[in-house]
Amino acid sequence: MTSLLIITGTILIIALFALVYRILALVNIAKGTHEKRVGFSNTVNGFLFIVFFIVGFGAFFWYSGKAEYLPPPSSEHGVITDNLFWVTTAIITVAFVLTHILLFFFPYWFRFREDRKAYWYPDNTKLELLWTAIPGVVMALLVITGLIEWTKITAPAPEDSVQFEIVGKQFNWMVRYPGKDGKLGKYDYTKIDGTNQLGMDFANDKANFDDFIPREIHIPKGKPVKLNIRARDVLHSVYMPHFRVKMDAVPGMPTTFWFIPTKTTAEMRKELNNDKFNYEMACTEVCGNGHFAMRMVIVVDEPEEFNKWVTEQEPWASQNKDYISSLKLKDFNLADLEK
Amino acid sequence: MSVVDTQLHTSVDSHVHHDEHHDHEHHEQSFIRKYIFSEDHKIIAKQFLITGIFWAIIGGVFSVIFRLQLGFPEANLEILRPILGGWITEQGKLDQNFYLALVTMHGTIMVFFVLTAGLSGTFSNFLIPLQIGARDMASGFLNMLSYWFFFASSVVMFASIFIETGPAAGGWVIYPPLSALPQASLGSGLGMTMWLISMALFIVGSLLGSINYVTTVINLRTRGMSMWRLPLTVWAFFLTAVIGILSFPVLFSAALLLIFDRSFGTSFYLDQIYIDGEALHHSGGSALLFQHLFWFLGHPEVYIVLLPALGITSEIIATNARKPIFGYSAMVISMLAITFISFIVWAHHMFVTGMNPFLGSVFMLLTLIIAVPSAVKSFNYITTLWRGNIVFTPAMLFSIGLVSFFISGGVTGIALGNSAIDIQLHDTYFVVAHFHLVMGSASFFGMLAGIYHWFPKMFGRMMDDKLGYVHFWITFVGVYFVFFPMHYIGIAGFPRRYYSWTNFDAFSSYADLNMLISIAAIITLSAQFIFLFNFFYSIFYGRLAPLNPWRSNTLEWTTPRLPGHGNWPGKIPTVYRWPYDYSKPNAKEDFIPQHIPHYETVESNLEHEKVLEEYDRELAKESEIHVSSHSH
Ligand code: HEM
Ligand SMILES: [Cu+2]
Ligand SMILES: [Cu+2]
Repeated sequence: MTSLLIITGTILIIALFALVYRILALVNIAKGTHEKRVGFSNTVNGFLFIVFFIVGFGAFFWYSGKAEYLPPPSSEHGVITDNLFWVTTAIITVAFVLTHILLFFFPYWFRFREDRKAYWYPDNTKLELLWTAIPGVVMALLVITGLIEWTKITAPAPEDSVQFEIVGKQFNWMVRYPGKDGKLGKYDYTKIDGTNQLGMDFANDKANFDDFIPREIHIPKGKPVKLNIRARDVLHSVYMPHFRVKMDAVPGMPTTFWFIPTKTTAEMRKELNNDKFNYEMACTEVCGNGHFAMRMVIVVDEPEEFNKWVTEQEPWASQNKDYISSLKLKDFNLADLEK
Repeated sequence: MSVVDTQLHTSVDSHVHHDEHHDHEHHEQSFIRKYIFSEDHKIIAKQFLITGIFWAIIGGVFSVIFRLQLGFPEANLEILRPILGGWITEQGKLDQNFYLALVTMHGTIMVFFVLTAGLSGTFSNFLIPLQIGARDMASGFLNMLSYWFFFASSVVMFASIFIETGPAAGGWVIYPPLSALPQASLGSGLGMTMWLISMALFIVGSLLGSINYVTTVINLRTRGMSMWRLPLTVWAFFLTAVIGILSFPVLFSAALLLIFDRSFGTSFYLDQIYIDGEALHHSGGSALLFQHLFWFLGHPEVYIVLLPALGITSEIIATNARKPIFGYSAMVISMLAITFISFIVWAHHMFVTGMNPFLGSVFMLLTLIIAVPSAVKSFNYITTLWRGNIVFTPAMLFSIGLVSFFISGGVTGIALGNSAIDIQLHDTYFVVAHFHLVMGSASFFGMLAGIYHWFPKMFGRMMDDKLGYVHFWITFVGVYFVFFPMHYIGIAGFPRRYYSWTNFDAFSSYADLNMLISIAAIITLSAQFIFLFNFFYSIFYGRLAPLNPWRSNTLEWTTPRLPGHGNWPGKIPTVYRWPYDYSKPNAKEDFIPQHIPHYETVESNLEHEKVLEEYDRELAKESEIHVSSHSH
């Protein structure tokens, strides 16, 4: 019933609009306003561009000053890429403003006047070359700085990096640390089941026995950290906004990213004056309906705290003795896990 | 006829043979052949246009629905139940699966159905024959097929919206494995199958169209219409078609392999997958392969939607600034450069996908090169305005708006193209802001500008200027309100394709900005109804169009008010000059159409054009002879 009312109402309004419009159009024709080449609206339109420019750019600069951005980066490369970003932004803002001064003032300035003729100016090779060269040079500079940084960021991780594994799955992250031996055990996706969610291949790699799977990520401040990233089902993407880290997780193709965290969680809490602050990891490659909920907390510790945390973790195998014994491994004694 | 018929005859029509009772009358066609299965490029253009408008409304409404979710995460959307049915949950929330489906459909519809088919399909079809002086497309039949493939594709895509599991929901880029595995997402079932079928049909239609455009431009130009005298619109449509021909087949193969993976157990894109309690047998495929194939089309696609808009703008800005387009050859060369470079930048979408970082470096280099011809084009537009005598038709306003979006969206591409910076920005709202301005809004404005400008030729009537102005200002301000704030949200790190950000402390700010965007989106969308009213009303009741309402130089304005089959009742005009002789010094009028020979404009000929006076006389004589020997 209400929808019927709404529909009739809408139709009536449209009909009314059409009628008024039709009358106005006829009046206009009778008055012959269409005989002139341009009307007063030409000046109005030209002027509105200037108004738009002033109000628009006013709002842009005012808001840019007060907007809440992410806190400064908590990683070494993040400081540099943020710098690159802001330098680039400054350059493009200049280009943006300058071109728009011209683009929005010319219309008013050179609006139609019956007694004037436009200036015949079909080309100017020197000008063209000039404004091909200037963006060319600016681009070249940006590319070179970008390239240098990108090459450093994507270079192989240092030997002494702290390593762990991040696995994306619908719809949460899992992480696995190498344990005492410092080696992540091999995995095999056919070994995955409801218990052994990461497919650790205990039969073929003993290094799995001391690996542990915590609920939070811990990393040490000031040490290189290497992420070994993989996915179990579909694409996901590791995204740690505060560290300016992003790398896709691809089924069948392990990827990596390494970085050096520079501020502990405690330091960040103090800096932001927010004792609830936590570093977070999110997913940025659409992976299904729970894509927006793949949150995991990252804790940055002082190196000593981090080492202490590592020694406190219980290997996954010890927590899942039933599973291990169900594997019926020949050369393996359950008691070994106790050591 | 009514009082509305205030025909303004401009100087142009004196040069045209007014041959009202031409012999075309006796092949009068049935309604079906004339308006439905038509082979006439003008009718086909209108079919593309109307279908495009239909899709634009759907795509726009979808964006508003998901913007409601993002702007008002707490709101109860129970009122949408009559339309969305079960996609509104018990709690009155938008279903999460459906959110992704809406985003995916919105992207697919906007990029392919509106801005590829709706834009190229309409204007390449309409303008190529009219502006190069041809009776029709090279093959009217293939042209008709092109539309009907697009139509079939539309039907399949439209039907997919209504199926129980919902339409495809993996993003418009449909990356596998998500899109390959029905168990991975509701939208990866039947919806995805229909998406693939629809796109396969779409590609066939698009290729038939493109081949026709290229052939027509190469072969059917009228006497005197050398490539260097083509309006920039035609250059743009021509190069767009070339890009389409070279890139769409790659998407076709990508889709085909995906179909194999989905239905026939192959493993082109799949490897080591455990899902739904089961380790799949697929092995040895590469998910990255799909991304390479997709973006090999996907990036050129950006220019497929953009170049026609830029071509349209070039024409409209020159006409309404009453000035030659500045740097015609620089414009052509920039477009050629863009065409070429657009094929070698695709992997800038893949910097952080696990692709070899060295490849990332190469693609970063190539990407930043493409910024140069784009910058040149912007400078040339602005210089064309300088010391012009500007008439603000609605088309002109939209063209200036386009240049603004092209710049504001283009400059952020310089940040995104830098792989080191892209680590942070990739897949955030910064990207959404960037491509909506540079490709979405710019192309959309090109399309609107084109409709306002060529409406008189399409329907023989004028659209209302005042409504056009109101439409422009609300839309222009609205678009900036919708997409500019997304930069801030993106810099703050908000990921895209998120149903809600409230799970994360890091993304809990900006609720206010998101609400503002959503309100602006609703207003902007509503303003499009002003346009729709103006469009449909004017088709039937608009003021009758004068022959050359914008005092333009190109050939389409030498046809009768409503050109019939074959476009020119008499002989096709011969072309003697480029299309941009506006405000030439000493000329009688502020424009000299392309079909006016130099011997008739002795007073305004430039030094180097003096030789053309004699040459044009020869050419004119020659065309007379040809016409009599050729005629029907
Ligand atoms: C009323 C105007 C529009 C609004 C409010 C709007 C809004 C949005 C938003 C907010 C998203 C991101 C959704 C998400 O990531 O969760 C999006 C995605 C997208 N939009 Fe629009 N948009 C509009 C018009 C257009 C136009 C004209 C185009 C044409 C190019 C377009 C193309 C796309 C594409 C390709 C995507 C990506 C879809 C995906 O992630 O798979 N949009 N739109
Ligand atoms: Cu995800
Ligand atoms: Cu691209």
